[in-house]
Amino acid sequence: MSMPLLEFTSKGIYCKQANVYLDPWQGVERALISHGHSDHARWGSKHYITQKINVPIIKHRLGNISVSGKKYNDAFRINEVQFSFHPAGHVPGSSQIRVEYKGEVWVFTGDYKIQNDGISTEFETVPCHTLITESTFGLPVFQWEDPQKVHDCINQWWAQNHAEKTTSLLMGYSLGKVQRLLKHLDSSISKIYTHGATEQMTQVLRQFIDFPRTELITRDTTKKEIEGNLVLAPPAVLGSSWVKKLGLLSTGYASGWMAFRGTRRRRAVDRAFVLSDHADWKGLISAIKATGCENVITTHGYTELFSQYLNEQGWNARTQKTKYESETKEILIAE
Amino acid sequence: MRRFASLIETLDATNKTNKKVDALTMYFKEAPKKDALWAVALLSHRRPSRPVTTTLLRTWAAELTGLPKWLFEESYHVVGDLAETIALLVQKKGTSDPPSLSKCIEKIILLKSQTDEEKKEYILSQWKSLNYFERFVFNKILTGGFRIGVSQKLMTRALSRAVQVDEMILAHRLMGLWTPQTTSFERLILHPNPEDQISQPYPFFLAHPIKERIFFQKEDAKQWNIEHKWDGMRAQLILRKGNHFLWSRGEELITDKFPELEVVKNLLPEGTVIDGELIPFKNGFIGNFQDLQKRIGRKTVSKKLQEDIPIFLMAYDLLELNGQDLRENPLWERQEKLASLFKKVKSLNIPLLLSKVYQFKNWKSVHIEREQANKKRSEGLMIKHKESPYGVGRKKGSWWKWKSDPKSIDAILTYAMRGHGRRTNLYTDYTFALWDKGELITFAKAYSGLTDTEIKKLDRFVKQNTIDRFGPVRQVTPQLVFEIAFEGIASSPRHKSGIAVRFPRISRWRHDKKIEEANSLDDLKAMLP
Repeated sequence: MSMPLLEFTSKGIYCKQANVYLDPWQGVERALISHGHSDHARWGSKHYITQKINVPIIKHRLGNISVSGKKYNDAFRINEVQFSFHPAGHVPGSSQIRVEYKGEVWVFTGDYKIQNDGISTEFETVPCHTLITESTFGLPVFQWEDPQKVHDCINQWWAQNHAEKTTSLLMGYSLGKVQRLLKHLDSSISKIYTHGATEQMTQVLRQFIDFPRTELITRDTTKKEIEGNLVLAPPAVLGSSWVKKLGLLSTGYASGWMAFRGTRRRRAVDRAFVLSDHADWKGLISAIKATGCENVITTHGYTELFSQYLNEQGWNARTQKTKYESETKEILIAE
Repeated sequence: MRRFASLIETLDATNKTNKKVDALTMYFKEAPKKDALWAVALLSHRRPSRPVTTTLLRTWAAELTGLPKWLFEESYHVVGDLAETIALLVQKKGTSDPPSLSKCIEKIILLKSQTDEEKKEYILSQWKSLNYFERFVFNKILTGGFRIGVSQKLMTRALSRAVQVDEMILAHRLMGLWTPQTTSFERLILHPNPEDQISQPYPFFLAHPIKERIFFQKEDAKQWNIEHKWDGMRAQLILRKGNHFLWSRGEELITDKFPELEVVKNLLPEGTVIDGELIPFKNGFIGNFQDLQKRIGRKTVSKKLQEDIPIFLMAYDLLELNGQDLRENPLWERQEKLASLFKKVKSLNIPLLLSKVYQFKNWKSVHIEREQANKKRSEGLMIKHKESPYGVGRKKGSWWKWKSDPKSIDAILTYAMRGHGRRTNLYTDYTFALWDKGELITFAKAYSGLTDTEIKKLDRFVKQNTIDRFGPVRQVTPQLVFEIAFEGIASSPRHKSGIAVRFPRISRWRHDKKIEEANSLDDLKAMLP
């Protein structure tokens, strides 16, 4: 058997033929990056190649790096290997990476979701022979509701809080989730304030996406101004002194993990919204099926259970340990 | 059903006590009385008996969802709650109008005597027609155990607001043996008939653990009555209208389990209620809770069992005399009346004993008495204010418990299991072992005592150091040492270690100890009394 087109090394997913790494977790010469989350876009490589929209995102996160941007679907060659980025629907600028050499096609999904979130380019099926897929929510208990319903719930919650002069603190991951929430907020209800981390990333994305107006909470912002309005912030603020100046609060948290009652109660928030930027069980299976692939390598989440199921369903599936958010961090990090 | 499910969803979604009480009050006001009564029953742990095994539920759910059985089971382990797992996996939107809560429960009660096929047909039809949260609540009623952060006290407070009846009176009305099948909202809650209440116990008054330093500085020992705290089972003995009733603190009627108490019926006056502790008395020694469990566990109590594990009731308090409620009278008066009641029956050989009340001039003497606890086979002391009324529930201020210092031992983590409820999906149920001739022998399981941060760290450790998996249980590399504290200790042939400990919990993560430095089984055996 010849060498596999992509192999898993101590530095990350490696294409020997082209001498490039995909989402490496150590510094390398040349890194292809699927999306801007910190477990996929890591610091320390000499040159980065990624989708165009992701360029300002990773520059914002990694500082002054050498990076070139590609359009979705535009193929480029490195040592006879053809690469291209395809929409993954996970967050703005997120890609699946297609790798083709001598007629053999591999696709690395990075993180993805099938739902259209209104801010990311919609997920696209990329036919391949071997698929390296995430499986963060690779259990049948994860089945997402229509996201519009979730957004409606959030707006209702906000409107009710506003009527009761209570501040709504809505929390979600700084890149992707928060902007997805923002995009669907009904800004006729009240003003929308932001935490610094949230505001900065949103500013980066405003060049591509039209968002409602937000106001950054600064030292000079008073409790009185914020009261009854909505505040967008990362989940880390919960329990910090920053929260104190927001006044009477109702807290809300949007994450796929909120599907479990236990997680909801552990998080101790007033309202949990089940909204994820990852594919649910049905999404994962339909995505895999659509590629027409024979081989599947599952990378994060419930990898073993998921690949066991795929094997029973006739795929040639195996799991691969990576340094992407693994099971050990499942609840600690919100998506 | 829809209204009740939405109540549970609201209760589940908030952390704020006031919001919970508001939601409950609203429900009790608006729901049809029949449903409201069932809600009171469910929230005071009176559920219909389970009509179907969980094994069958799991099989049917796997079948309905078309998932392989193993994947269903794995999903259950991850979710940590069967009712929720099924609710999540059966993806139906909930179409028709669901039946009312009382109709639904009445059907569940009938189900018990039906065939498996009939049960299956009904349960599957419900799963398909309810929405996600209704399905969850339906499953919870089927399988039992509503843990939604609503105590009976909170429920009673809300009900009190809704029906405008005093909370204390209401708590009393809700005690004892009733089910919505035999009573109504009107008869139980609004206008109870005294005839119905001859078996009804009073709500138990409970003590708080003492905050030693602050308490002893502030309080005068002379104002407090001291008793020993016994490791038996709190119980209330009721004599009314020629009948006697024995209630456990969990509001279970246990009269039949202790036939030897029947003799008191003819010796004590009508209209007497005694609060006390059932204590096993094995081979002339005061036994422990474990012995008592053998008595409770049996369906019928044989003569032999009565001889092997005789019991007596240690009387603490007198709640009713000549049909009169004494709970508002001061403790010293109730204790005096109890003592004079005992004088009359003193010479008779009956299984009743009067708890000795001590009075000390200063806290130092109390301290010295506490050191006698182990020798006297008590758990420590009770400290009750002389003037205290007999309250309801766990109210702070007038009754305190001051247990003996716990024993502790250093043990090694060997297995971990995923938790339930708010610990879902985290490894939080731990098994600990001690050394025995170079081998590790399991001696206790413990769930509590770690901080949230420690739980997260330990969860990561478990996931990274798994040697083997048995369903939800993971065996881990023996590497971490914990100090395990416990209350009682007794030999037990049922445990592999030969020892059973009471209330084991983690008191400390011994980062400073290597596994070689953990204790041995012999060290534990040396602690046996």
